[in-house]
Amino acid sequence: MTIRVEHELHERRRSRNTGVGLILVGFVGIVFALTVVKVLNLGDIRQMERFDHVARPQLEPAAIEAATGAAPAGEEGTP
Amino acid sequence: MTDLSASEAKTVEPGMGDYFALLKPRVMQLVVFTALVALLVAPVPVHPVIAAISILCIAVGAGASGALNMWWDADIDAKMRRTAKRPIPAGKVAPGEALGIGLALSGFSIVMLGLAANWVSAGILAFTIFFYAVVYSMWLKRSTPQNIVIGGAAGAFPPLLGWAVATGGFSIESWLMFALIFMWTPPHFWALALFVRTDYGDAGVPMLTETHGRRVTRNHVLGYTIALVPVALALGFTSIGGPFYLALSVLLNIRFLRGAIAIWRRDETVAEADNYATEKSVFRQSLYYLFLHFGALLVEASLAPFGLGGW
Repeated sequence: MTIRVEHELHERRRSRNTGVGLILVGFVGIVFALTVVKVLNLGDIRQMERFDHVARPQLEPAAIEAATGAAPAGEEGTP
Repeated sequence: MTDLSASEAKTVEPGMGDYFALLKPRVMQLVVFTALVALLVAPVPVHPVIAAISILCIAVGAGASGALNMWWDADIDAKMRRTAKRPIPAGKVAPGEALGIGLALSGFSIVMLGLAANWVSAGILAFTIFFYAVVYSMWLKRSTPQNIVIGGAAGAFPPLLGWAVATGGFSIESWLMFALIFMWTPPHFWALALFVRTDYGDAGVPMLTETHGRRVTRNHVLGYTIALVPVALALGFTSIGGPFYLALSVLLNIRFLRGAIAIWRRDETVAEADNYATEKSVFRQSLYYLFLHFGALLVEASLAPFGLGGW
């Protein structure tokens, strides 16, 4: 009595497993794309750094302006 | 070994296509099209990736409500020729599996839409799924011959969704798009019901043609078409309408109204004599009617950058 390695059942299971695999990969891709788009559209990152559960007055626009002598919005590398 | 092959024969092993069929892909087309048009004509631009993910979430949410509907209606689907080949009555997918897929996809689509776009649109999607699966499928479908009107409301939510994805709220424009599909569904479906011999009666689903007769159904087709006309035209005077939409809408409404009057004037003897030619023609027209109305909105929006679209 020979045991059939491949059965029609296996084929259907393979199609289902491949499908679920592709859906999961697609889902990961969607979450990644969404994260990239959301992060790139955050605007000025300093807006978030300004209050990190503790007030950081050194990041207030007036403090930055006083320290660098320029408006904070267009600057890079400010603390 | 004999026992093994016997048990294998009984095992339900659905393929990917059977699961996909649970999501009612044909219904999904209308959902995607109307939601996408509403998203594109809305005054707030949406990032293409956010727009694509939102439309995917709306499509999956619609599919999930389709799976829940198939789970609940498996008993009546088995009794009707049109639906007997659906995955559950055909024995390809177990009912519990359809319920699980429906609930899981509902949850995923709502949460993902909330994260991708906003929680207003996610709330509308949740309500749409609830409305279709519970209010329509479980409650009203089997209890009133006006079930088509209720089901039409479920199908009318996608423009509200698309608009909310872009703007985060509602407006007169999105409600008029909702009303357009809502008022369009009854004449569209009842024109079909007049010429297709259905077996809803055997399945215990009250359909207007069977509970109140074909004369009343013809009256209803005309009544709802008359109510549809001002809705379709009003959309033309909003910020998303314009001369092109309005001109096309006038033509389409005259044609649709003439068809509905022709249906109303006929009786069964005349209809049977020409094999329901008028009913079939009005049904085909109704498909173009909705597609062209939403297409015209898209044309108006795409003309706007050149200073041509809109008022």
